[in-house]
Amino acid sequence: MRRLVFLLPILIVAVLVAAFWRGLDPNRDPSALPSALVGKPAPAIDLPGLAAGAPRLDLAAFKGKLVAVNFFASWCLPCRAEHAFLKQLNAEFGVPVIGIAWKDKPDASRAFLAELGDPYAATGADESGRTGIDFGITGVPETFLVDGNGIVRYRLAGPVTPEGLRNVLAPAIAEAKR
Amino acid sequence: MRRVLAVIAMLWLGLSAALAQEAQLADPTLEQRARDLSREIRCVVCQSQSVADSDADIARELRVLIREQIAAGKSDQDIRDYLVARYGDFVLFDPPFKASTYVLWIGPFAVLVCAAIGVVIFFRRRAQEPARVRELNPDEQNRVARLLRDKADGTEGGA
Repeated sequence: MRRLVFLLPILIVAVLVAAFWRGLDPNRDPSALPSALVGKPAPAIDLPGLAAGAPRLDLAAFKGKLVAVNFFASWCLPCRAEHAFLKQLNAEFGVPVIGIAWKDKPDASRAFLAELGDPYAATGADESGRTGIDFGITGVPETFLVDGNGIVRYRLAGPVTPEGLRNVLAPAIAEAKR
Repeated sequence: MRRVLAVIAMLWLGLSAALAQEAQLADPTLEQRARDLSREIRCVVCQSQSVADSDADIARELRVLIREQIAAGKSDQDIRDYLVARYGDFVLFDPPFKASTYVLWIGPFAVLVCAAIGVVIFFRRRAQEPARVRELNPDEQNRVARLLRDKADGTEGGA
Protein backbone atom coordinates (compact mmCIF):
# COMPACT_ATOMS: atom_id res chain seq x y z
CA MET A 1 0.00 0.00 0.00
CA ARG A 2 2.78 2.41 0.92
CA ARG A 3 4.55 1.62 -2.27
CA LEU A 4 1.41 2.47 -4.24
CA VAL A 5 1.43 5.93 -2.72
CA PHE A 6 4.95 6.44 -4.02
CA LEU A 7 3.82 5.40 -7.49
CA LEU A 8 1.06 7.99 -7.47
CA PRO A 9 3.20 11.01 -8.50
CA ILE A 10 4.67 9.00 -11.36
CA LEU A 11 1.18 8.09 -12.47
CA ILE A 12 0.04 11.72 -12.32
CA VAL A 13 3.05 12.84 -14.32
CA ALA A 14 2.38 10.13 -16.90
CA VAL A 15 -1.22 11.34 -17.31
CA LEU A 16 -0.03 14.94 -17.66
CA VAL A 17 2.60 13.96 -20.22
CA ALA A 18 -0.05 12.12 -22.23
CA ALA A 19 -2.36 15.15 -22.10
CA PHE A 20 0.38 17.58 -23.14
CA TRP A 21 1.60 15.22 -25.84
CA ARG A 22 -1.86 15.20 -27.32
CA GLY A 23 -2.12 18.97 -26.97
CA LEU A 24 1.15 19.52 -28.79
CA ASP A 25 0.34 17.22 -31.70
CA PRO A 26 0.72 19.50 -34.74
CA ASN A 27 -1.88 17.48 -36.65
CA ARG A 28 -4.53 18.09 -34.04
CA ASP A 29 -7.02 20.86 -34.74
CA PRO A 30 -8.45 22.02 -31.41
CA SER A 31 -11.37 23.74 -33.09
CA ALA A 32 -12.44 20.60 -34.98
CA LEU A 33 -15.85 19.44 -33.88
CA PRO A 34 -17.28 15.96 -34.02
CA SER A 35 -20.18 15.80 -36.44
CA ALA A 36 -23.52 15.03 -34.85
CA LEU A 37 -24.64 13.53 -38.16
CA VAL A 38 -22.15 10.71 -38.73
CA GLY A 39 -23.95 7.36 -38.53
CA LYS A 40 -27.35 9.04 -38.90
CA PRO A 41 -29.56 9.44 -41.97
CA ALA A 42 -28.56 12.39 -44.13
CA PRO A 43 -31.01 15.29 -44.08
CA ALA A 44 -33.24 15.50 -47.14
CA ILE A 45 -31.98 17.67 -49.96
CA ASP A 46 -34.56 19.32 -52.14
CA LEU A 47 -33.12 22.33 -53.90
CA PRO A 48 -33.57 24.11 -57.20
CA GLY A 49 -31.03 22.86 -59.76
CA LEU A 50 -28.12 25.19 -60.31
CA ALA A 51 -27.53 24.71 -64.03
CA ALA A 52 -29.96 26.47 -66.34
CA GLY A 53 -32.98 24.22 -66.94
CA ALA A 54 -31.70 21.55 -64.54
CA PRO A 55 -34.29 19.58 -62.55
CA ARG A 56 -34.54 19.99 -58.76
CA LEU A 57 -31.75 18.37 -56.80
CA ASP A 58 -33.04 15.50 -54.67
CA LEU A 59 -30.66 13.37 -52.62
CA ALA A 60 -33.17 10.50 -52.63
CA ALA A 61 -32.53 10.09 -56.37
CA PHE A 62 -29.03 8.79 -55.52
CA LYS A 63 -30.25 6.09 -53.16
CA GLY A 64 -28.25 2.85 -53.47
CA LYS A 65 -25.02 4.64 -54.34
CA LEU A 66 -22.20 6.06 -52.25
CA VAL A 67 -22.06 9.78 -53.01
CA ALA A 68 -20.13 12.77 -51.74
CA VAL A 69 -22.12 15.89 -50.93
CA ASN A 70 -19.92 18.94 -51.30
CA PHE A 71 -20.93 22.40 -50.10
CA PHE A 72 -19.17 25.19 -51.96
CA ALA A 73 -19.55 28.84 -52.85
CA SER A 74 -18.05 31.09 -55.49
CA TRP A 75 -16.94 33.55 -52.78
CA CYS A 76 -14.98 30.88 -50.94
CA LEU A 77 -11.27 30.71 -51.62
CA PRO A 78 -10.54 27.22 -50.23
CA CYS A 79 -13.34 25.95 -52.49
CA ARG A 80 -11.30 27.14 -55.46
CA ALA A 81 -8.28 25.28 -54.07
CA GLU A 82 -10.11 22.00 -53.58
CA HIS A 83 -11.90 22.11 -56.92
CA ALA A 84 -9.40 20.00 -58.89
CA PHE A 85 -9.44 17.25 -56.27
CA LEU A 86 -13.21 16.93 -56.42
CA LYS A 87 -12.77 15.70 -59.98
CA GLN A 88 -10.27 13.19 -58.68
CA LEU A 89 -12.76 12.00 -56.08
CA ASN A 90 -15.04 10.99 -58.90
CA ALA A 91 -12.40 9.78 -61.40
CA GLU A 92 -10.22 7.80 -59.02
CA PHE A 93 -12.66 6.52 -56.44
CA GLY A 94 -15.80 6.40 -58.54
CA VAL A 95 -17.74 8.50 -56.07
CA PRO A 96 -20.15 10.91 -57.75
CA VAL A 97 -20.01 14.34 -56.16
CA ILE A 98 -23.15 16.36 -55.56
CA GLY A 99 -22.41 20.07 -55.41
CA ILE A 100 -24.45 22.46 -53.32
CA ALA A 101 -23.81 26.17 -53.77
CA TRP A 102 -24.23 27.48 -50.25
CA LYS A 103 -25.39 31.06 -49.68
CA ASP A 104 -24.30 32.08 -53.12
CA LYS A 105 -26.01 33.84 -55.99
CA PRO A 106 -26.78 31.19 -58.64
CA ASP A 107 -25.27 33.40 -61.35
CA ALA A 108 -22.02 33.62 -59.42
CA SER A 109 -21.96 29.86 -58.79
CA ARG A 110 -22.56 29.15 -62.47
CA ALA A 111 -19.74 31.50 -63.44
CA PHE A 112 -17.47 29.76 -60.90
CA LEU A 113 -18.17 26.36 -62.47
CA ALA A 114 -17.83 27.73 -65.99
CA GLU A 115 -14.39 29.06 -65.11
CA LEU A 116 -13.00 26.06 -63.20
CA GLY A 117 -14.93 23.21 -64.79
CA ASP A 118 -17.85 21.29 -63.35
CA PRO A 119 -16.80 18.23 -61.31
CA TYR A 120 -20.33 17.57 -60.06
CA ALA A 121 -22.78 14.83 -60.98
CA ALA A 122 -25.57 17.19 -59.99
CA THR A 123 -25.78 20.64 -58.46
CA GLY A 124 -28.28 22.57 -56.40
CA ALA A 125 -28.54 26.14 -55.18
CA ASP A 126 -28.96 26.62 -51.44
CA GLU A 127 -29.37 30.38 -51.43
CA SER A 128 -30.93 30.59 -47.99
CA GLY A 129 -28.26 28.30 -46.52
CA ARG A 130 -30.89 26.20 -44.79
CA THR A 131 -29.81 22.87 -46.31
CA GLY A 132 -26.29 23.61 -45.08
CA ILE A 133 -27.59 24.13 -41.57
CA ASP A 134 -29.55 20.88 -41.83
CA PHE A 135 -26.20 19.18 -42.46
CA GLY A 136 -24.65 21.07 -39.56
CA ILE A 137 -21.97 22.78 -41.63
CA THR A 138 -19.92 25.53 -40.04
CA GLY A 139 -18.82 27.07 -43.32
CA VAL A 140 -17.68 26.10 -46.79
CA PRO A 141 -16.19 23.92 -48.11
CA GLU A 142 -17.47 20.84 -46.36
CA THR A 143 -17.85 17.37 -47.80
CA PHE A 144 -20.03 14.52 -46.55
CA LEU A 145 -19.96 10.87 -47.62
CA VAL A 146 -23.48 9.49 -47.80
CA ASP A 147 -23.80 5.75 -48.35
CA GLY A 148 -26.35 3.82 -50.41
CA ASN A 149 -28.75 3.65 -47.46
CA GLY A 150 -28.69 7.40 -47.09
CA ILE A 151 -26.53 7.26 -43.92
CA VAL A 152 -23.84 9.91 -43.41
CA ARG A 153 -20.56 8.03 -43.08
CA TYR A 154 -18.00 10.78 -42.93
CA ARG A 155 -17.75 14.54 -42.66
CA LEU A 156 -14.80 16.56 -43.86
CA ALA A 157 -14.86 20.15 -42.65
CA GLY A 158 -12.53 22.17 -44.83
CA PRO A 159 -11.09 21.66 -48.29
CA VAL A 160 -10.26 18.35 -49.95
CA THR A 161 -6.48 18.23 -50.32
CA PRO A 162 -4.31 15.59 -52.05
CA GLU A 163 -3.13 14.37 -48.62
CA GLY A 164 -6.66 14.43 -47.23
CA LEU A 165 -7.88 12.51 -50.25
CA ARG A 166 -5.24 9.83 -49.76
CA ASN A 167 -5.04 9.61 -45.97
CA VAL A 168 -8.55 10.42 -44.85
CA LEU A 169 -11.12 10.20 -47.62
CA ALA A 170 -9.78 7.03 -49.29
CA PRO A 171 -10.05 4.94 -46.08
CA ALA A 172 -13.44 6.51 -45.29
CA ILE A 173 -14.68 5.62 -48.78
CA ALA A 174 -13.38 2.04 -48.47
CA GLU A 175 -15.09 1.76 -45.09
CA ALA A 176 -18.35 3.19 -46.41
CA LYS A 177 -18.36 0.87 -49.42
CA ARG A 178 -18.19 -2.23 -47.24
CA MET B 1 -14.32 54.59 -13.79
CA ARG B 2 -16.63 56.91 -15.66
CA ARG B 3 -14.69 56.40 -18.83
CA VAL B 4 -14.91 52.63 -18.45
CA LEU B 5 -18.64 52.87 -18.04
CA ALA B 6 -18.89 55.08 -21.10
CA VAL B 7 -16.92 52.55 -23.15
CA ILE B 8 -19.10 49.70 -21.92
CA ALA B 9 -22.21 51.70 -22.76
CA MET B 10 -20.91 52.40 -26.24
CA LEU B 11 -20.05 48.75 -26.84
CA TRP B 12 -23.46 47.78 -25.61
CA LEU B 13 -25.14 50.24 -27.95
CA GLY B 14 -23.00 49.00 -30.82
CA LEU B 15 -24.01 45.44 -30.07
CA SER B 16 -27.68 46.29 -29.85
CA ALA B 17 -27.37 48.14 -33.13
CA ALA B 18 -25.81 45.06 -34.74
CA LEU B 19 -28.70 42.96 -33.54
CA ALA B 20 -31.23 45.56 -34.54
CA GLN B 21 -30.13 45.47 -38.18
CA GLU B 22 -31.80 42.12 -38.61
CA ALA B 23 -35.48 41.65 -39.08
CA GLN B 24 -37.01 41.43 -35.64
CA LEU B 25 -40.13 39.77 -34.46
CA ALA B 26 -43.07 42.13 -34.08
CA ASP B 27 -44.05 40.76 -30.67
CA PRO B 28 -41.54 42.06 -28.09
CA THR B 29 -41.91 39.02 -25.81
CA LEU B 30 -41.14 36.67 -28.70
CA GLU B 31 -38.22 38.87 -29.75
CA GLN B 32 -36.91 38.72 -26.18
CA ARG B 33 -37.19 34.94 -26.24
CA ALA B 34 -35.23 34.84 -29.51
CA ARG B 35 -32.49 37.00 -27.99
CA ASP B 36 -32.31 34.99 -24.78
CA LEU B 37 -32.08 31.77 -26.76
CA SER B 38 -29.40 33.23 -29.07
CA ARG B 39 -27.31 33.89 -25.99
CA GLU B 40 -27.19 30.24 -24.98
CA ILE B 41 -26.35 28.89 -28.43
CA ARG B 42 -22.66 28.71 -29.23
CA CYS B 43 -21.41 30.01 -32.55
CA VAL B 44 -19.86 26.99 -34.25
CA VAL B 45 -17.16 28.98 -36.04
CA CYS B 46 -16.00 31.41 -33.36
CA GLN B 47 -16.36 28.92 -30.60
CA SER B 48 -16.23 31.00 -27.48
CA GLN B 49 -18.87 33.46 -28.60
CA SER B 50 -22.59 32.97 -28.48
CA VAL B 51 -24.67 33.24 -31.61
CA ALA B 52 -26.02 36.53 -30.24
CA ASP B 53 -22.53 38.05 -29.93
CA SER B 54 -21.00 36.75 -33.11
CA ASP B 55 -20.84 38.53 -36.41
CA ALA B 56 -20.08 35.36 -38.38
CA ASP B 57 -22.28 34.42 -41.32
CA ILE B 58 -23.40 31.19 -39.80
CA ALA B 59 -24.29 32.92 -36.52
CA ARG B 60 -26.48 35.41 -38.36
CA GLU B 61 -28.09 32.50 -40.15
CA LEU B 62 -28.79 30.76 -36.84
CA ARG B 63 -30.30 33.93 -35.35
CA VAL B 64 -32.65 34.22 -38.30
CA LEU B 65 -33.51 30.54 -37.95
CA ILE B 66 -34.25 30.91 -34.23
CA ARG B 67 -36.59 33.84 -34.95
CA GLU B 68 -38.33 31.90 -37.70
CA GLN B 69 -38.92 28.91 -35.50
CA ILE B 70 -40.18 31.02 -32.62
CA ALA B 71 -42.54 32.79 -35.02
CA ALA B 72 -43.69 29.35 -36.16
CA GLY B 73 -44.70 28.59 -32.58
CA LYS B 74 -41.86 26.23 -31.62
CA SER B 75 -40.83 26.03 -27.97
CA ASP B 76 -37.31 26.91 -26.82
CA GLN B 77 -36.66 23.22 -26.17
CA ASP B 78 -37.80 22.29 -29.71
CA ILE B 79 -35.30 24.75 -31.14
CA ARG B 80 -32.49 23.51 -28.89
CA ASP B 81 -33.24 19.94 -29.94
CA TYR B 82 -33.26 20.99 -33.59
CA LEU B 83 -29.81 22.54 -33.29
CA VAL B 84 -28.36 19.73 -31.16
CA ALA B 85 -29.51 17.18 -33.76
CA ARG B 86 -27.42 19.03 -36.35
CA TYR B 87 -24.45 20.36 -34.40
CA GLY B 88 -24.29 18.12 -31.32
CA ASP B 89 -24.27 19.10 -27.63
CA PHE B 90 -21.42 21.44 -28.47
CA VAL B 91 -23.81 24.19 -29.64
CA LEU B 92 -25.21 24.57 -26.15
CA PHE B 93 -23.23 26.73 -23.76
CA ASP B 94 -24.95 24.80 -20.98
CA PRO B 95 -24.49 21.17 -22.06
CA PRO B 96 -26.85 18.50 -20.68
CA PHE B 97 -25.76 16.22 -17.84
CA LYS B 98 -25.37 12.79 -19.47
CA ALA B 99 -22.88 9.95 -19.86
CA SER B 100 -20.78 11.68 -22.52
CA THR B 101 -20.51 14.90 -20.50
CA TYR B 102 -19.88 13.44 -17.02
CA VAL B 103 -16.18 14.26 -17.21
CA LEU B 104 -17.03 17.83 -18.12
CA TRP B 105 -19.39 18.29 -15.20
CA ILE B 106 -17.75 16.18 -12.51
CA GLY B 107 -14.08 16.40 -13.52
CA PRO B 108 -13.23 19.71 -11.78
CA PHE B 109 -14.92 18.58 -8.54
CA ALA B 110 -13.10 15.22 -8.68
CA VAL B 111 -9.78 17.08 -8.95
CA LEU B 112 -10.80 19.29 -6.03
CA VAL B 113 -11.71 16.29 -3.86
CA CYS B 114 -8.40 14.54 -4.71
CA ALA B 115 -6.49 17.69 -3.77
CA ALA B 116 -8.44 18.02 -0.50
CA ILE B 117 -7.69 14.39 0.40
CA GLY B 118 -4.00 15.00 -0.34
CA VAL B 119 -3.95 18.09 1.91
CA VAL B 120 -5.70 16.23 4.76
CA ILE B 121 -3.21 13.34 4.53
CA PHE B 122 -0.29 15.77 4.51
CA PHE B 123 -1.41 17.64 7.63
CA ARG B 124 -2.39 14.48 9.51
CA ARG B 125 1.08 13.08 8.93
CA ARG B 126 2.74 16.27 10.02
CA ALA B 127 0.68 16.31 13.24
CA GLN B 128 1.92 12.79 14.04
CA GLU B 129 5.54 13.61 13.31
CA PRO B 130 6.74 14.90 16.80
CA ALA B 131 5.63 11.61 18.40
CA ARG B 132 8.23 9.83 16.30
CA VAL B 133 11.34 11.72 17.47
CA ARG B 134 14.20 9.24 17.45
CA GLU B 135 16.62 8.70 20.32
CA LEU B 136 20.20 9.78 19.57
CA ASN B 137 22.66 6.96 19.16
CA PRO B 138 25.86 6.92 21.30
CA ASP B 139 27.92 8.47 18.50
CA GLU B 140 25.57 11.40 18.18
CA GLN B 141 25.39 11.82 21.96
CA ASN B 142 29.17 12.09 22.07
CA ARG B 143 29.13 14.75 19.34
CA VAL B 144 26.51 16.79 21.18
CA ALA B 145 28.49 16.56 24.40
CA ARG B 146 31.64 17.67 22.60
CA LEU B 147 29.93 20.61 20.92
CA LEU B 148 28.41 21.78 24.21
CA ARG B 149 31.80 21.50 25.95
CA ASP B 150 33.52 23.46 23.17
CA LYS B 151 30.92 26.17 23.45
CA ALA B 152 31.40 26.37 27.21
CA ASP B 153 35.18 26.76 26.58
CA GLY B 154 34.43 29.70 24.31
CA THR B 155 36.11 28.11 21.29
CA GLU B 156 34.29 27.80 18.00
CA GLY B 157 33.31 24.37 16.62
CA GLY B 158 36.50 22.37 16.35
CA ALA B 159 36.25 18.79 15.14
